[in-house]
Amino acid sequence: MIGLDSALENTQDIMRRDQVWSFLKPKDIHVDVSKKVILYIEGLSVSFDGFKALNDMNLYINEGELRCLIGANGAGKTTLMDVVTGKTKCDEGAVYFGQNHNLLEKDEAEIAQLGIGRKFQKPTVFEAHTVLDNLELSLKAGKGVIATLIARLSSTEIDRIDEVLEIIGLKGQRMLLAGSLSHGQKQWLEIGMLLVSEPRLLLVDEPVAGMTAQETERTAELLTSLAGDHTVVVVEHDMEFVRSIARTVTVLHQGSVLAEGSMDEIQNNSDVREVYLGEDA
Amino acid sequence: MSVLSKIFDRGDQAGSRTMPFVILLMSVTVLASICNLLVPAESVFYVSTYTITLLGKYLCFAMLALAVDVVWGYCGILSLGHGAFFALGGYAMGMYLMRQIGDRGVYGNPDLPDFMVFLNWTELPWYWQGMDQFWFAMIMVALVPGLLAFVFGWLAFRSRVTGVYLSIITQALTYALLLAFFRNEMGFGGNNGLTDFKDILGFNLQDDSTRIFLFVTTAVILTLVMLLSQAIFKSRFGKVIIAIRDSEDRARFMGYRTERYKVWLFVYSAVIAAVAGALYVPQVGIINPGEFSPISSIEIVIWVAIGGRGTLVGAVIGALLVNYAKTRFTAVLPEVWLFALGALFVLVTLYLPKGLMGIVEQLKARSEKAKQKNFQELPS
Repeated sequence: MIGLDSALENTQDIMRRDQVWSFLKPKDIHVDVSKKVILYIEGLSVSFDGFKALNDMNLYINEGELRCLIGANGAGKTTLMDVVTGKTKCDEGAVYFGQNHNLLEKDEAEIAQLGIGRKFQKPTVFEAHTVLDNLELSLKAGKGVIATLIARLSSTEIDRIDEVLEIIGLKGQRMLLAGSLSHGQKQWLEIGMLLVSEPRLLLVDEPVAGMTAQETERTAELLTSLAGDHTVVVVEHDMEFVRSIARTVTVLHQGSVLAEGSMDEIQNNSDVREVYLGEDA
Repeated sequence: MSVLSKIFDRGDQAGSRTMPFVILLMSVTVLASICNLLVPAESVFYVSTYTITLLGKYLCFAMLALAVDVVWGYCGILSLGHGAFFALGGYAMGMYLMRQIGDRGVYGNPDLPDFMVFLNWTELPWYWQGMDQFWFAMIMVALVPGLLAFVFGWLAFRSRVTGVYLSIITQALTYALLLAFFRNEMGFGGNNGLTDFKDILGFNLQDDSTRIFLFVTTAVILTLVMLLSQAIFKSRFGKVIIAIRDSEDRARFMGYRTERYKVWLFVYSAVIAAVAGALYVPQVGIINPGEFSPISSIEIVIWVAIGGRGTLVGAVIGALLVNYAKTRFTAVLPEVWLFALGALFVLVTLYLPKGLMGIVEQLKARSEKAKQKNFQELPS
């Protein structure tokens, strides 16, 4: 009878409707951040047809920090994001996520599954899908073929989506096609897609491009509130915006790090004044 | 929501309204069958067996169009080689039907089909073994094209071949198979293909009842494939597929292995095409290498474009209409048909990018707008 009982219990466990089968759950990924650093970039070089987009770059991002990357066009900001997310292969150097994940060995999908989320410069949402579907696709859930074939939204996932809809202010638009949203709303939706995926590290490329002053302010608030639980790296041209959120700023110039420090330090740095802010002043 | 109500859900997305069409299709099928079997030949309501076979053929083409639509309309993979999967499925069915002839062939050899005797072969090639068993042949119908699609898709999608380059490779694939199957040494009847079938599962292929049975089977399988495809595209898998069509890079950065999704969708589509081919062969009574020709694969794409890609019903309706027109046209003005088809394609591409289903959607949107207007005007 004991055998029967345990078999029955097993079946009950399998048939439970409030949870997903354990083998369909995304595996817990351990990221070793015992040294407080979540992203290591060392000696990174990338060249396109002889042009050095990244030149022996060294950069460390601490866990839970909000870091701003600034730099003129062609300083290598976007290329850096491309290498970290696996889109571009590098010539030499090392990129580690925590101490135990070598990102250069992994492809885009694997890196995304590790918990590195990216927001693009141009808002790229799936225009043929509704806002809700866009968020559903971004959920931190099984991303395999079979897992998605049988996937249903669980109540925790629905709660999570509602929570994010509240944050990004698109609650009333959840059934609208993403293609019919305004530019600013698309930006928000894309941020929402990042939030719902609960990444460890967010790479945000020019989040406030095309946003109104009010929306910019809200974005700044959101990004600052995210830091701490998540690590946020922001690339931005808008100096006002950078000043409003930044704790640490890194200035890139011609593919390598020119200066690093607080906004005041950066503004008083003579090198930076010369190559970057000097053009503004 | 139970599985049943999910399947019969009429859907809120444009073009996913499969149910009304399925009901229409089933009623026409039943009606046509009754009018053939029960109504006397002199009656006006009599449907000739010729018409039944013709309808069955159209339905096979509709299924083939559906297969192309699944990859092209929903995932943006423009395959110009789906005729290859259709023909391979057809050949597998043809081999079974060949073996069923037995010693009733011209040469009366119980094991070898006529063309092999003619070529002075003494033994059945290894790949013909087992094809006399219906179940084995049916497995082969799905397995061989499915495997080809898997290997092809795995190589192409893993190397991130997309767009026009992929279309060209699919053309090359079907052309290569065309050349191969033309050769007598391949053991598939060369130029003449496989024909002179006698019976299927012991039923005479010339009998009205067998014809009706094949026609009804085709309609039922087409319906099932439509419902299954609708369910697939409503699942999260389907949403990922559409996401890949619209922005593959973005889907990758969200953690989806897009190449795996594309491969499995391609295999699914190839198997549908193969099943369509297997149903086609017993109804038309012949399969030859002509089915592999690149032109016929391009024709399928035209059916889908005319019906409206990205809508399951659209592809089916496009295939039915164009093929009906083809039958009519080639009877009256055979030399004009290809020009007419070409012109139709150009016109649809220019003025109806969403095909016939696009018109339906437009009309619906307009009537809804009018309704809203009326509603707003009412209070004043």
